[in-house]
Amino acid sequence: MKKILEQSVKYLFTASGFITSFIILLIIFFLFSEGAGLFRNHIIDDGYVVALNKSNPVNTLSANQIKEIFDEDITNWQEAGGEDEPIQVFRLSDLLSIYSEEELGSEYEHAGSKIKETILQNEGIIAFVPKSLLTDTEGIKTMPDQTIPVKDVLAGTEWFPTATPSPLFGILPLLAGTLWVSFFAILIALPFGLCVSIYMSEIASEKVRNVLKPVIELLNGIPSVVYGFFGLIVIVPFLQQLFNLPVGESGLAGSLVLAIMALPTIVTVAEDAMRNCPRSMREASLALGANKWQTIYKVVIPYSISGITSGIVLGIGRAVGETMAVLMVTGNAAVMPTSILEPLRTIPATIAAELGEAPTGEAHYQSLFLLGVILFFITLFINLSVEYISSRKR
Amino acid sequence: MEIIKAQHVNFYYGSFHALKDISMEIEEKSVVAFIGPSGCGKSTFLRLFNRMNDLIPKTRLEGQILINGQDIYGKNIQVDQLRKEVGMVFQRPNPFPKSIYENVAYGLKVNGIKNQDVIEERVVESLKGAALWDEVKDKLKKSAYALSGGQQQRLCIARAMAVSPQILLMDEPASALDPISTAKIEELIRELKKQVTIVIVTHNMQQASRVSDKTAFFYMGEMVEYGRTKDIFTNPEKEATQNYITGRFG
Repeated sequence: MKKILEQSVKYLFTASGFITSFIILLIIFFLFSEGAGLFRNHIIDDGYVVALNKSNPVNTLSANQIKEIFDEDITNWQEAGGEDEPIQVFRLSDLLSIYSEEELGSEYEHAGSKIKETILQNEGIIAFVPKSLLTDTEGIKTMPDQTIPVKDVLAGTEWFPTATPSPLFGILPLLAGTLWVSFFAILIALPFGLCVSIYMSEIASEKVRNVLKPVIELLNGIPSVVYGFFGLIVIVPFLQQLFNLPVGESGLAGSLVLAIMALPTIVTVAEDAMRNCPRSMREASLALGANKWQTIYKVVIPYSISGITSGIVLGIGRAVGETMAVLMVTGNAAVMPTSILEPLRTIPATIAAELGEAPTGEAHYQSLFLLGVILFFITLFINLSVEYISSRKR
Repeated sequence: MEIIKAQHVNFYYGSFHALKDISMEIEEKSVVAFIGPSGCGKSTFLRLFNRMNDLIPKTRLEGQILINGQDIYGKNIQVDQLRKEVGMVFQRPNPFPKSIYENVAYGLKVNGIKNQDVIEERVVESLKGAALWDEVKDKLKKSAYALSGGQQQRLCIARAMAVSPQILLMDEPASALDPISTAKIEELIRELKKQVTIVIVTHNMQQASRVSDKTAFFYMGEMVEYGRTKDIFTNPEKEATQNYITGRFG
């Protein structure tokens, strides 16, 4: 009887182990399959076509060029590799301003031919129209139906996932935003965290430590939205005044909030590592005539360096993956950050902010999953570094 | 001439009276062994000589300990300077997680010696003095953790000797080692005696009789008997000493 019980407990534990791993793998698979789906989308919205007059020498346009043309940032074909000819942008809605309703027919049955007529009449035209209306393409050049190139996503510097006719999914601004904010966060948290952990493990009396340590660990338990709130009402106005900024929501505000959030992780892990430095090490150093400070920086810190590094890297991990607090204080401008005092946007904040409004299964939605994949790789890299550092032999 | 002089030393861990009115003198360039059962206070007494017990909170000392005639618990004593003069080797080998060379050079560096040639010379000299040179001369840059336990302990002795102390305290230096390594350490002690005064705590009575000139027997925080090693082991005055060395308790 006892044996059966033991066996079943063993199977239960085995099963729970397998189920957990399976679920985790499933989540990763889901993330990857959705993310990779982005590259099966076309650069132009589904069901639409971008058409040019046949006399136009331009054969292909990148998503970026299409966006600039329709935003009227480019107004001459010369800038898109064509002849010196002004660009005339044509959207379906423009049809009504050119032709009367009678000409188009009561059920717009003539719309197709009128569109064709317009395109044939204007050499500099670029038309963004439904494919179904443009059945006869004689004398018309339609842009080739290319899928979103990987390069445009991974090396693209513009993130306009809702632009028409061709959305842009350049992740660089978001990636740069994430790394930029995290970098400054660690730059702030690192010296501070190290000082606190050295103080707690080496200098503070038992009494002080018994108060300080729980307080710092308590910081870990505060929900991130509370940090975000604090950042929004304290740090953001403070920075705005201090640097005389038009808006206080900036990368630096995010970095400061993240630094506060990463601090407990750095402090607890680093302090534990230093406390684990055996008494015999300290005694050996002191017995040789070293003073307390020499002992700390020549023996204790080198001895616990792998633990300290793990703490720092875990702190970076916390900063990179943090969503809510950053979303609240960084201003969320998806532009390449040039200064830490400007608004920027991180990967997790983008996912959180945009997932709600991205239609399921479409390019925008899938692009957010791709961001998830990127984030996954960043944190995976960080976790592997922690493993490597803490397993390294002294 | 005596180098260490303890006068009516009482020592307390909190309310526990660990050492009771101990007075003794230790002569220069001699080897003194402290023996006694576990918890009798011999290590505590040893650690008073380089103020290692300062690290333990809630301890209190009464009486005086003079080294070279100076009260080492006096007001104008610099503890790090004292510890440079009174080196220590611990029960378990405790090399730093550094290279063999760096381990020996450590004491010199923290004492402000910057000249690399001087450091190198002292490192080689100390390793030779600790009978370790031949074993490690080709791997000075290797981690000290790559050495065996006995080698590590001799490295710790070399490390302590590098700063040229006058006194070397050894707290059961061979208790974690195998018999061959122990024999090497004992031989080393006999050799080092020419340069320094050695105070050694040991559980091993044969060891005490082999290496020491004088032996002190501690029991329950008191120094029961202190005299020439030969006398203590062949003709002890007190019954407790007699019982201990014949193995009736302890």
